[in-house]
Amino acid sequence: MKLSKLVIAAAALAAGLMTLATSVQAQAKEQFFPLLSYRTGPYAPNGVPWANGKQDYIKMINARDGGINGVKITFEECETGYATDRGVECYERLKSRPGVTLIDPQSTGITFALTEKAPADKMPLITLGYGLSVAQDGTAFKWNFPLMGSYWTGADILIQYLGKKEGGLDKLKGKKIALVYHDSPFGKEPIPLLQERAKMHGFELQLLPVTAPGVEQKATWLQVRQSKPDYVLLWGWGVMNSTALKEAQATGYPREKMYGVWWAGAEPDVKDVGEGAKGYNALALNTSGQQPKVIQDILKYVHAKGQGTGPKDEVGSVLYTRGVIIQMLGIEAVRRAQERFGKGKVMTGEQVRWGLENLALDQKRLDALGFAGIMRPLSTSCADHMGSTWARIQTWDGKKWNFSSDFMEADEQIIKPMVKAGAEKYLGDKKMTRRTPADCQS
Amino acid sequence: MFYRENGQFKTTYRADQQIFPIAQDRVVIGLLLAFAFFIVPLLASDYLFRAILIPFLIMSLAALGVNILVGYCGQISLGSGAFLAVGAYGAYNFFVRIPGMPLIPALILGGLCATLFGILFGLPSLRVKGLYLAVATLAAQFFSDWMFLRIKWLTNDSPSGSVSVSDLQVFGLPVDSAPSKYWLCLGVLVVMALLAKNLVRGAIGREWMAIRDMDVAAAVIGIRPMYAKLSAFAVSSFIIGVAGGLWAFIYLGAWEPAAFSVDISFRLLFMVIIGGLGSIMGSFFGAAFIVVLPIFLNQFLPQIAGLVGLEISTAGTAHAELMIFGALIVWFLIVEPHGLAKLWSTGKQKLRLWPFPH
Repeated sequence: MKLSKLVIAAAALAAGLMTLATSVQAQAKEQFFPLLSYRTGPYAPNGVPWANGKQDYIKMINARDGGINGVKITFEECETGYATDRGVECYERLKSRPGVTLIDPQSTGITFALTEKAPADKMPLITLGYGLSVAQDGTAFKWNFPLMGSYWTGADILIQYLGKKEGGLDKLKGKKIALVYHDSPFGKEPIPLLQERAKMHGFELQLLPVTAPGVEQKATWLQVRQSKPDYVLLWGWGVMNSTALKEAQATGYPREKMYGVWWAGAEPDVKDVGEGAKGYNALALNTSGQQPKVIQDILKYVHAKGQGTGPKDEVGSVLYTRGVIIQMLGIEAVRRAQERFGKGKVMTGEQVRWGLENLALDQKRLDALGFAGIMRPLSTSCADHMGSTWARIQTWDGKKWNFSSDFMEADEQIIKPMVKAGAEKYLGDKKMTRRTPADCQS
Repeated sequence: MFYRENGQFKTTYRADQQIFPIAQDRVVIGLLLAFAFFIVPLLASDYLFRAILIPFLIMSLAALGVNILVGYCGQISLGSGAFLAVGAYGAYNFFVRIPGMPLIPALILGGLCATLFGILFGLPSLRVKGLYLAVATLAAQFFSDWMFLRIKWLTNDSPSGSVSVSDLQVFGLPVDSAPSKYWLCLGVLVVMALLAKNLVRGAIGREWMAIRDMDVAAAVIGIRPMYAKLSAFAVSSFIIGVAGGLWAFIYLGAWEPAAFSVDISFRLLFMVIIGGLGSIMGSFFGAAFIVVLPIFLNQFLPQIAGLVGLEISTAGTAHAELMIFGALIVWFLIVEPHGLAKLWSTGKQKLRLWPFPH
């Protein structure tokens, strides 16, 4: 190659970097939401509706209300591909933008890495229904907010439901429950809780890991066929879920005895399997469908104007709705912070953290926001960064998800001591101390 | 024409054999180091440090290690991710299990763990060669994936299998700000690169290259293949192991085995091939290409599109990034199969004998 070409290429690269550096500046009086997402890779089928929901809700709030008390909301998406190192890069890129609010990493792996970085950067992390289970303890994890549930609460609710089905938790004695899990922190998180429950009720817990991303599960399901567990808990994400259902179909394991976590209970997981997934159950944190008012508003203010992020018929799907909820909670945290630190002002990450810690969304407020029926009321505090641990079971009938149980709450008696012990261990390993009551007030 | 060595007479063997025999090179490298150590921390933003410079430095170090094995000794390895992982988890175990363990000895001990692991998985190289060896080293990768997912002890019984470190210190100075992390990585890289350069210039490096070029001939002239191959595995995996420790401790902070998947092994191999096999300089070029270019494309593409009035979605950017990146790899390999380092040396030759080097 000619040297001159190389020089030109290098010059172009340098010029590109310069423009990049300058374009980051400017923009004030806007609340900025960094959106980490994955629209490519094996987890894309689930990552896309989630990311679309978050974006559309921001667009809707801007179009309908003109922002949060007049503060416009801006956002930028950054593709992580579910990879931790790319996620860290995205975080570093977006965290110092003016008006930056909070981060929803959309991945347990990235959450673990960011948990170490967030306190130094004063950046709240929302991990709704995922992330670090022990982070529920807000006195130890100041910046983490596993709102509405963690893997521990999810696993606990599943066991409670199975107990109820058998006619009492004591009837689980001697039963065999298999956990088919994504072999990553995401899949391993529920294990301590399930082991605790197994000890309490005397059921046998069989652990069957599936190598990420989970397209190859033949060996796992052969084991399932051999040991014939009474129930299978499915802790999968992305392509792993539909593969598991297909394998269950192939090995003849009844889908009625399979129970997924809420990340294994969306349309992309079962659609391809269709009738084959009939009877499969999963936890549900939220409803789906286009009837709720907030979804109608999104259709009216965003999609009707042709500004929707994804296809119109996917609006209101399970994960889309979850994205909407996550974004709503973030925006409500800003609104709550504004009540204390000044209406119509741009909130800093630190102020938003206070807002997240003092969220109080009762039924009346949810109705006003258009979330009636979608989710249960939620209120957080310094000690409890989760706000609500309710979920219910839904069943796939071959075409759509139907709820098959009432809302259930995770058993505090079991989770609280585990969270406390886990948080103590974390603090001990890091040589950190708990937050003082005075710190809780601020 | 631009820089000549006229008048620089070497009067001793020592002067003739130094790393940079040309005075201009010494000056440029000195200035470059001074720039990297003192000027860059003044100019760079937090983002540049944490998202570009630090991963670039650590991956350069890892590529350097891979280059010793693949580029100098000719043993194709797909187990680099495993050596990184062993280095990272080794350092982690020393760091959390021994109270008061300082950071740098922990990293070095992690490197030594990787050395042992590397020698163990280098044993097949005594019998199999070329592509077969690549497959054999892939075993190291799968073994480490399995080991760090399944053996709870190695992850300090962490329930989720994810481990983290904090409160890092070097000589009593906290390593938490971006510049301090950068200095640490740069310091380790400079020391390691100097050691590696001297090794490959010395007797042992010549043995490696002899084995690479023709192992039978090397054996005939008295080079012990076992010693040469295993020492290449040992040195290479030590460097990769230290890089793994830095990647985990400094860059990620908290990690899981997936951070050292087979994907990273391939990326390291690509770095070495694109940068230039058998060239210390090439490791840096390769790392820059593989680490920085995707990030650059990811941010630059939407802006380019914006200039012509187009708006591409995040997914579109991600796909375009992969396509352009792939196309560039193919293009570079066609125009210069010997890697970016060869381009660099051609350029240098042209400057010495403008415009027609021999």
